[in-house]
Amino acid sequence: MTDIMLGAPAVVVRDVTKTFGERDVLSDLDLTVGRGEFVALLGASGSGKTTLLRILLGLEGPSRGDVFVPEVRTTVFQEPRLVASMKVWRNVVIGQPRQLATRARAVTALREVGLEGHADAWPGTLSGGEAQRVALARALVREPQLLLLDEPFAALDALTRLKMQALVADLCARHKPGVLLVTHDVEEAVLLADRVFVLKEGRISLNLEVNLPRPRRVGGDEFDALRDRFLSELGVQQPH
Amino acid sequence: MTDVTERVNRAATVGGHPGDAPGPAPAPEGLVRPVVEVPRRRGRAVTLALRAILPVAIFLLWWGLTGTGAISGTQLASPAATWDAFTDLLLHQDLVGDVGISAARAAMGLLIGAGLGLILGVIVGLFRLGEELFDSSLQMFRTLPFPALIFLFIIWFGIGETAKVLLIALACLTPMYLNASNGVRNVDRRVVEAARTFGLRGWGLVRKVILPLALPSILNGLRFAAGISIVALVFAETIAANLGIGYLVTQASSLQQVPTLMVCIIIYALLGITADVLVRIIERFSMPWRGHLAVR
Repeated sequence: MTDIMLGAPAVVVRDVTKTFGERDVLSDLDLTVGRGEFVALLGASGSGKTTLLRILLGLEGPSRGDVFVPEVRTTVFQEPRLVASMKVWRNVVIGQPRQLATRARAVTALREVGLEGHADAWPGTLSGGEAQRVALARALVREPQLLLLDEPFAALDALTRLKMQALVADLCARHKPGVLLVTHDVEEAVLLADRVFVLKEGRISLNLEVNLPRPRRVGGDEFDALRDRFLSELGVQQPH
Repeated sequence: MTDVTERVNRAATVGGHPGDAPGPAPAPEGLVRPVVEVPRRRGRAVTLALRAILPVAIFLLWWGLTGTGAISGTQLASPAATWDAFTDLLLHQDLVGDVGISAARAAMGLLIGAGLGLILGVIVGLFRLGEELFDSSLQMFRTLPFPALIFLFIIWFGIGETAKVLLIALACLTPMYLNASNGVRNVDRRVVEAARTFGLRGWGLVRKVILPLALPSILNGLRFAAGISIVALVFAETIAANLGIGYLVTQASSLQQVPTLMVCIIIYALLGITADVLVRIIERFSMPWRGHLAVR
């Protein structure tokens, strides 16, 4: 059902099973993300969403099945994971070939996340939200065809989280990478994604398009209906 | 052991759908399979073999050079001559007793020196006052070449065991001190703060929180100190010893018995690796909470 999609895909996961010991963390999972599509993957703890992300990153191999990703793909982790011994701008262009690892390119990327003034700061002097924005700049400077977001807002305070979500929505709308956002925050998923998958017991148990107009805000009848639908799929009943 | 990662471009397994062609499915346009870095686990036997490669190679080189006469026996004894000297020492002199005495000296010196270094290190790491009182003095002290003190130690402590053990202790003190103070200083302040708010104070705080968290550094210091204790042992045993490996070295040197000298050198090396293995074993069993933190 989800395999039929217009245009070239950015992620193809076909019949993927991942076994740890006796347990199937993912079982015969199918999932496709289109180019430029923003997909959120919702799941409770232990549903296998982190495992799927690690497989897409190449940190683990699937036990069975096929996984295809674009050549250029980047990640924002839950924590910034900046190298403490490098200035902010060097962190942004880390691992880039020499001719691309320029200060100018780093500053351009930092400007997009509103941190061009911090190019020469040490990562240790940044706040949590600032550091996470540097991580975002580091992911975007590579012009990825696929951006993997592993609960990138989970460690932020509520106010910073709102700002970061708006920033990510804006940047993704402009750069149009395929995005796979792994999260357990239902409102965040509805707020940001074109399509939401719910992962349950290693399979996609629900796959819905989010047809709300952008820019979106939390709340409204349609929003609430979608949120409640996902929450009940995740086993959380809302009072009516 | 997971110290080598193997790059595997995973071939797809057969899908199991009827009509699927066997072999890897073709990649959709513009996409690739992620390259997986799988940590390769080697068997115990392979690991042991890898560790043995260099020592065995050195032994073979030694054998080759001395056996073919490329190096004369008066400069470097052959393995066979060394073996003969070893059995001779074992049967006709008290080699086991000598090794025992030497090991006991090293262990005693290590215990005193590393113990004192640990105490000073913790004090300096914990208290600004301790740092101001001891640190600069110990840093000066650390650069003293301890062999230069042998003569003074003889004058002060005589030619008995005391001088030898104290010289070894002195040599073991600074590596332990440096690592312990650094380890204590780098313990996560926030954890210490939290423990304090829950009422842990003073010695309890040191014993339950600070020492365990500084243990990686402390054991690193112990490893250095254990190595240095063997080096110091060699110097200490030149002090009018009439027992111990150092005594054998002095004797063999004056009589130009190259094979005996080689036996002693090998024994020193074995004492060194034994000390290292012991500390590694302590490292493995004393920090069960660290299994998952290291890169490998």
